[in-house]
Amino acid sequence: MVVCEKNVLLLLFAKRKMDRFMWTNGLLEMNETLVIQQRGVRLYDGEDKAKLDVGGVVLSTHRLLWRDQKNHECCICIPLSQVIFFEEQAAGIGKSAKIVIHLHPAPENKEPGPYQHSKYSYIKLSFKEHGQIEFYRRLTEEMTQKRWENTPVSQPIPTGTGPKAGRTRAVGIVGIERKLEEKRKETDKNISEAFEDLSKLMEKAKEMVELSRSIANKIKDKQGDITEDETIRFKSYLLSMGIANPVTRETHGSGTQYHIQLAKQLGDMLQAPLEERGGMMALTEVYCLVNRARGMELLSPEDLVNACKIFESLKLPLRLRVFDSGVMVVQLQSHSEEEMIASALDNVSDKGSLTAEEFAKLLGLSVLLAKERLLLAEKMGHLCRDDSVEGLRFYPNLF
Amino acid sequence: MSFEWPWQYNFPPFFTLQPNVDTRQKQLAAWCSLVLSYCRHRKLYTLDVLEAQESPVFNNKKIERKLSVEAIQVVFEELRKKGNLEWLDKNKSRCLIMWRRPEEWGKLIYQWVSKNGMVNSVFTLYELANGDDTEKEEFHGLEDWMLLRSLQALQTDGKAEIITVDDGKGVKFF
Repeated sequence: MVVCEKNVLLLLFAKRKMDRFMWTNGLLEMNETLVIQQRGVRLYDGEDKAKLDVGGVVLSTHRLLWRDQKNHECCICIPLSQVIFFEEQAAGIGKSAKIVIHLHPAPENKEPGPYQHSKYSYIKLSFKEHGQIEFYRRLTEEMTQKRWENTPVSQPIPTGTGPKAGRTRAVGIVGIERKLEEKRKETDKNISEAFEDLSKLMEKAKEMVELSRSIANKIKDKQGDITEDETIRFKSYLLSMGIANPVTRETHGSGTQYHIQLAKQLGDMLQAPLEERGGMMALTEVYCLVNRARGMELLSPEDLVNACKIFESLKLPLRLRVFDSGVMVVQLQSHSEEEMIASALDNVSDKGSLTAEEFAKLLGLSVLLAKERLLLAEKMGHLCRDDSVEGLRFYPNLF
Repeated sequence: MSFEWPWQYNFPPFFTLQPNVDTRQKQLAAWCSLVLSYCRHRKLYTLDVLEAQESPVFNNKKIERKLSVEAIQVVFEELRKKGNLEWLDKNKSRCLIMWRRPEEWGKLIYQWVSKNGMVNSVFTLYELANGDDTEKEEFHGLEDWMLLRSLQALQTDGKAEIITVDDGKGVKFF
C-alpha cells in the first residue's frame, strides 16, 4: 500500500513493520506445526487498518500467518523470530480486542509482501470474533519455547541464503508424497543401471562360451600338437566354469582333478560292499550308498558317473559297465562274466526254469541285476525264454 | 496212427519267438518241420491262418501255450521261403501247404508208373489220384492242383506230357 504523500519524509525514517509480511502459499513446512488458528481477524499496520480484509490468523511453531477469508489465495506470513514482544489491548466500545505485536526491522533481502514500506514498528491483530485470549496464551507459549530455533524449515527465513536452487518447496502431505516419488525414481534408476551391467556381463559370458567351445574343437582336431597335460588343464578350467566339454564326454580317459580324486576314493570305499553283493552293484545303489556315507557334500549323479568312467584308466580294480538295456553297474574287475553266466545256467537247469524274481531271491541280488544276468545268458545262447501270460521265465536252451 | 509230437512241442519256450538270433533259427526250423509233418499226417493241402491258431499244432492245451499270430506268420513266411507254402490271396489268410514239393510228387508217381510197367500208357488225372490201383500209394488222394503241378514238373523233365482226354485232363508217361 502506498503511504500518503505527507508521510513520505516520515517514511524514510520510519521503521517498516507491516512490511515484514511476506506472501506465502499458506502451507506448513515439514517441521512446522500448527498451534492455533482464529478466524475473523483484521490486520492493522500500526494504527491504520490494513488494506486487506478480514481473514483468519494462524499461529504455527515457526510463523504467524494470515489468510484472507474471501480470497484464500491471498495469504501472508511473518516469521516469529521477527517478533520482539507483544501485548494485549482490551476491547472497547465498538472496538474488538486486539493483540499488538512489535517487530524487528525487516531485513534487506526479505521476500516480497503486501507492503513495501511501513512507518510503524508494530502491527495489531483485531479479533472481531473473539478468541484473543487463547491466541495470546498460545503465542506466549511459542515465543517462550521458540521451537522454530530447534527445527529449522527450508522456508525462506531471511538469513541471506535463498531457497536451494532447483529444489521445489515441499510442504505438507504433498511434500511428503513428492519426496517418496523422488526416492522411488532414484531407486528405479539404480536398479536399471545395475541390470545394465548384468546384461553386459551376460553378453560377455556368451562370447566366452563360444570362444571356449571353438578352442575345445580345435583341440579335438589337432590332438597331437597339444600335450596331454595342457589338455587336462584346459578342460578343468572349462569344467570349473560349468561348461561341459564335448571332448571329455567322448574320451573319458582324461578327467578333472576332482573326478580323479573322487574315483580313487570310490575305489577304496566300494571294495567291501561289492564283495558282499557278489561283485556287482547297480549305479543307483552305489549313488545311495556313497551319499548316505558322506552325509554332507553330496555327490551329483553326473560327478559319480564321470568318476566311474575313469576307473580303468586309473588302474583301479573297479569297472563301470553298461548293459544293452542301459542299466549301469559298477563291478569288481575280478568279476568274471563267464563264471557268472555259467553259474546262472546251473541255477536255471537245477530248477528247470526261473523267473528274474526267483533268480534274484536265490542269489541275494536285486531283481534288476538278476534280470540283466539272465538276459546276458540268453544273449550268449545258454538260455531261452518263455513269454506268456504267466510272466517271463528262462529255461536252459535245449534248441 | 496217431501223430507223434516232437519234444519241442512240450517245451514252453517253443511257443515264444526267441530274441536270440541263433536260437530263433533253430526254433523256426523245428516249427517248419512240425507243420509239414502234421499236414502230411492229416493230408492237409491248404491252411487257413485263423483256423490254424486253434489247431493243435499251434495250440498245446496241455502246457497252456499257444503261438501268437505274429509268430505263426513268421513260421509261414519261413515255409514260403523254403518253397513249401504258397499264399492263395493277397491278405495272406489262406495258403497251400506243400509238405512234399511237386518235383518230389512227380518222382513218386513216375516210380509207380515204371514199376508197374505202365510207361507209354495214358491216364486221366482222376485215375491217378483216385483210382483203385493207386489206393495204397502215397499220392492217392492228391488234390488236383498238386497233381497237376507234379505232372508239370515231370513234363519239364521230359518224362510225361499232359494231354486233354475226353472233357478232362490226362497224362502220358514216357
